[in-house]
Amino acid sequence: MDSSSTIEKIITWMPSLLEASKITLLLTLASVSAALVLSIFLALGKILRVHNRNVPRPLLLLKETGTSAVRWLCSAYIFVFRGTPLLIQLYFIYYTLPKINPAMNIKDRFTAAWIAFSLNIAAYLAEIIRAAIQSIHKGQLEASHALGLSYAQTMRLVVLPQAYRRMVPPVCNEFVMVLKDTSLVSIIALCDLSFQTQKIASARASAVVYIPALVIYLIMTAIFTVTFHLIEKKLAVRE
Amino acid sequence: MEAILRTENLNKHFGSLHVLRDINLTVNQGDVICIVGPSGAGKSTLLRALNQLEDIQSGKIFIDGQLFLHRARGKTLRSVKTKEHKKLLLEMGMVFQSFNLFPHKTALENVMLAPMKVKGFSTEQAKARAQALLEQVGLGDKGDSYPSKLSGGQQQRVAIARALAMDPRIMLFDEPTSALDPELVGDVLGVMKNLAESGMTMLVVTHEMGFAREAADRVLFMCDGVIAEDASPEQLFTNPQNPRTQQFLSSIL
Ligand SMILES: Nc1ncnc2c1ncn2[C@@H]1O[C@H](COP(=O)(O)OP(=O)(O)OP(=O)(O)O)[C@@H](O)[C@H]1O
Ligand SMILES: [Mg+2]
Repeated sequence: MDSSSTIEKIITWMPSLLEASKITLLLTLASVSAALVLSIFLALGKILRVHNRNVPRPLLLLKETGTSAVRWLCSAYIFVFRGTPLLIQLYFIYYTLPKINPAMNIKDRFTAAWIAFSLNIAAYLAEIIRAAIQSIHKGQLEASHALGLSYAQTMRLVVLPQAYRRMVPPVCNEFVMVLKDTSLVSIIALCDLSFQTQKIASARASAVVYIPALVIYLIMTAIFTVTFHLIEKKLAVRE
Repeated sequence: MEAILRTENLNKHFGSLHVLRDINLTVNQGDVICIVGPSGAGKSTLLRALNQLEDIQSGKIFIDGQLFLHRARGKTLRSVKTKEHKKLLLEMGMVFQSFNLFPHKTALENVMLAPMKVKGFSTEQAKARAQALLEQVGLGDKGDSYPSKLSGGQQQRVAIARALAMDPRIMLFDEPTSALDPELVGDVLGVMKNLAESGMTMLVVTHEMGFAREAADRVLFMCDGVIAEDASPEQLFTNPQNPRTQQFLSSIL
């Protein structure tokens, strides 16, 4: 293998690889962001219970039924999305949904991938967030109650801000995993870094292209890791 | 005059454990009442039941003569409307053994939070009031410190300021100095004595017999879920009537 011509080849592939990396990066960021929002509701839903129990009996029963329905739905969601492979979920959303109902035909590949990834990641993040919420000392809830804060205010102002800090390392981990999982989108022919790499590999019959691909993945992983490390340090300074 | 806080036959069970047995307690405006007793007597549970941190199985709680809660056989028979309920609940401020300050907020922000979010104070109003309260507890210069940068005694004083910020008419203290190093206890007790002298109604669970002697109008001795003795400090400490009070006092003195 002639090294100077190898380097030349890599340089000519670089623009298309970088272009494809943008898709990878964008899909990761957009999916995890959307999943974060969804997962907070899932986590809160999974631990929802009746807080003011000092109400008349019929109203209490109604509230209890309502909250257990919410808990059940959130648990079911998490069970389904964690209990099936992301690959099949992606197939399902892109290929099966339009067959069930033509109105659900998501033609844009990126959008389809984004939806599948967001829904899937949310199930994992929900468990991370639930664990973080439940790790907050009970005394914080009691102090909030004694000060007259409502349950929603307690969550928003007291519990979640503390839980966020504990979530930083596992969420960073999730970003890195998702970054690599996005290579699955090749199956719906979305041109991410893995898809583009394979395209070059088969068209040019050259396995060398895997080297720059690996390096780009590592660089993207490093960006996430460093960014989260900085966030973690910054949050640790306050408190 | 109507009692500021009164309970009628409060009962609380934890499973098969009967922790509060027909507690009848009357607290008048300005009373400083210390509650003493052995571990497991139900002292914390009593304060927590008043503040609705624990559900009682049966009994009535009156605040300012209004029926705040009435439960029987584990069911609520009558409770005031949610809005009124919160108002009455906020007549009581609570200070915990473990401080429970919000670690992600500065001392000043800890004191400002509830007045802003619950009472609708503006930031400036809440800040001015919080600063005044921190000065009252001797921490006027610590407003910008996070709890982790404060000593236990300072944290507990911030917690007292935080509870006072909601303008409660009764302050409940659950062993406010038990988690502190001995040299920090004095500052917290000093703040509490000032508060007592200013006329605040206080219910204090404590093992600090010196404080009870000096500051209390009445001392309750609790044991096995009942108030076994209710007397003036002189009476209770020098001439206890109940043999269990005598036994308890001789075990700690
Ligand atoms: N959440 C709970 N679940 C079950 N049992 C409890 C619970 N909280 C308290 N208890 C029990 O109720 C009894 C009274 O507890 P409480 O905390 O009121 O005692 P205390 O008088 O405050 O004691 P201490 O001086 O140790 O604080 C104890 O036997 C305790 O073990
Ligand atoms: Mg206790």
